[in-house]
Amino acid sequence: MSKKITIEPVTRVEGHGKVTIMLDDFGNVRDSRLHIVEFRGFERFVQGRPYWEAPVLVQRLCGICPVSHHLAAAKALDVIVGAGTGHGLTAVGEKMRRLMHYGQFFQSHVLHFFHLSSPDFLFGIDGDPALRNIIGVAMNNRDLAVQGVMMRKYGQEIIRLTAGKKIHGTGAIPGGINKNLSIAERDELLSGPDPMNADKMVEWSVTALDFFKGYHKNNQSMVDNFAAYPSNHLSIVREDGAFDIYNGVLRAVDNEGNIILHDVDCQDYNKYIEEEVKSWSYMKFPYLKELGPEKGWYRVGPLGRLNVCDFIPTPLAQKEFEEFKAYTNGKPNGMSLHYHWARLIEVLHCAEMIRDLLKDPDLQNEDLVVKGEKRYKGVGVIEAPRGTLFHHYEINNDDQITLANLIVSTTNNNEPMNKAVNLTAKSFMNGQPEITEPMMNAVEVAIRAYDPCLSCATHALGKMPLEMTLVNANNEIIDKKNK
Amino acid sequence: MNKTIKLKIDGKVIPAEEGQTIVQAAHANGIYIPTLCNFEGVKPKGCCRMCTIKINNRYMTACTTPAADGMEIENNTLEINDIRKSIIELLFVSGNHFCPSCEKSGNCELQALAYRYEMMVPRFPYTFPQKGVDAKSPKIIKDQNRCISCKRCIKTIEDEQGRKYFAFKDRGYTLEVVLDEEMAKTMTDEIAQLAMDNCPVGSILKKEIGYKEPIGTRKYDKKPIGSEFEV
Repeated sequence: MSKKITIEPVTRVEGHGKVTIMLDDFGNVRDSRLHIVEFRGFERFVQGRPYWEAPVLVQRLCGICPVSHHLAAAKALDVIVGAGTGHGLTAVGEKMRRLMHYGQFFQSHVLHFFHLSSPDFLFGIDGDPALRNIIGVAMNNRDLAVQGVMMRKYGQEIIRLTAGKKIHGTGAIPGGINKNLSIAERDELLSGPDPMNADKMVEWSVTALDFFKGYHKNNQSMVDNFAAYPSNHLSIVREDGAFDIYNGVLRAVDNEGNIILHDVDCQDYNKYIEEEVKSWSYMKFPYLKELGPEKGWYRVGPLGRLNVCDFIPTPLAQKEFEEFKAYTNGKPNGMSLHYHWARLIEVLHCAEMIRDLLKDPDLQNEDLVVKGEKRYKGVGVIEAPRGTLFHHYEINNDDQITLANLIVSTTNNNEPMNKAVNLTAKSFMNGQPEITEPMMNAVEVAIRAYDPCLSCATHALGKMPLEMTLVNANNEIIDKKNK
Repeated sequence: MNKTIKLKIDGKVIPAEEGQTIVQAAHANGIYIPTLCNFEGVKPKGCCRMCTIKINNRYMTACTTPAADGMEIENNTLEINDIRKSIIELLFVSGNHFCPSCEKSGNCELQALAYRYEMMVPRFPYTFPQKGVDAKSPKIIKDQNRCISCKRCIKTIEDEQGRKYFAFKDRGYTLEVVLDEEMAKTMTDEIAQLAMDNCPVGSILKKEIGYKEPIGTRKYDKKPIGSEFEV
């Protein structure tokens, strides 16, 4: 008899989602779906609002990486106020925004690795669920937990000093920023008491990377084979091909590393990217227009970025990048759990960038805002922690927003996450007489690798009620299990 | 010089000049009585009722009532503060006040009063009225969602000939403060800024320069409203 398994909600990810897995008469996985069950509507209710409200209003999509939305919207509005499409801001304007962005990348990645994912590495996918959470980490590996908490705090402090507060600040305004970094604020971040200083964060980033590499070494086969599949990858890169999360051109590569989207201007994103709607999810399915929905889907986020860029412009992260690339002989890496590896290399890069930026005297400049000839359409594209983020706004003559289109990072990873769920479900559940808790957690581990922000707003941490329902072909519930 | 009189607020005897309102006398003596519609230099009307006090068991508005010799006033009491809190709550539920994305946040008197009187959740149901945004003026945006009809803009914003930029339109529940379309075309940047500054909430916004003041430097970021009067 065919069965349907439901995992709801998916835990230790940002936002709410559920998974359904359909089994055939022989207990093999026939199909699976990751459903995003919340509807937000920001694109609609921002219409009619004055355009300069967008960076502050739309960032409310998320409480984990609101800075991404704040900056993407501000970048789109830079175009509208005539401040250019990339490097039009003053030095202090661009560098303060970059500092804010590196700070939030740092804290968001750290949150994901230490708070959400490290329990799986520390206790195993089939570990005791009562321990498999951040409290369990704190009880069993105090140093690791403290490191995670303090690293996140450091990133949050950077956001506070650049955006005004840790969550939902106002630092980026159309055409620039509303504050610079005072000498006292700079010193607080650069050389604060141990461990709250830039050098310590670089040191701890290396430690975190070593922790994952150690886990990888001991569990190589599992890490490499877990939800591994070939795909295209998309990201922005600096004009010279360097890794850049704040500004650049759009590039995509296929699973062989061939460039399939050739460094195009972000303002033209909708010439190259299309979104498909499916009836069973509120999340759309983006793809490269030229290749169509079947072949044009792509992965974004840490793995995508490292597969797309040519090099990382900081020495320690570049060294790690070379090791990462060498592992797949320079070809794109399609192993889902290697997202964690790539993410930690990005953490190290951000720590290096923060340390170097803080020494830049431009941060104390006073020329905060630039303004030029007004335009009526602007696109802002940024690499959010979870992947490429598109904000597109159009305004009328009265300065009101008439159109808003957002392609949120996790949306780009919709098809890849569905693929990962499917592969993991098949690998762990096919032909099994009973569906166990570790099997369900394995599916969640696959989703978790992508660090999805499912609704970009609500958060689930640790153990939550996980419900699994077995349904027969007539949609009758034949078994129910709670985690 | 006017004659000096004495009155009592919450048991404390304070001196006042004859002709002063109770609000003026209280503020001059380091005692805070909250106001919203009251604005320095403009004849008080007592329309918002935030300054409600109790004299001889009667509720009065402190901004319109002259101080009198021997008066005994209840101001900072549980009962009076709860009345004020309920007025704040009524203002919140009768408009669409979304502080998180409002650029007046931190400089908004209504928000600051809500913090001061510890409003958590209004005791009244939200009405979510259908209100519009008038963005046709080249200099300002009039967001009716946030207007509390205090009349401060009507009374204080005028051109050199004394013509008013703002006026009431309609009555009762549909009453709105509207901007004169013709006069709006010639509004200067200075007048637009003054209109925004005099508005106690985020209903009048000068175009194109939102969120210029960083968090931490806004008027009520560090000290609660009223602390400027309190000793």
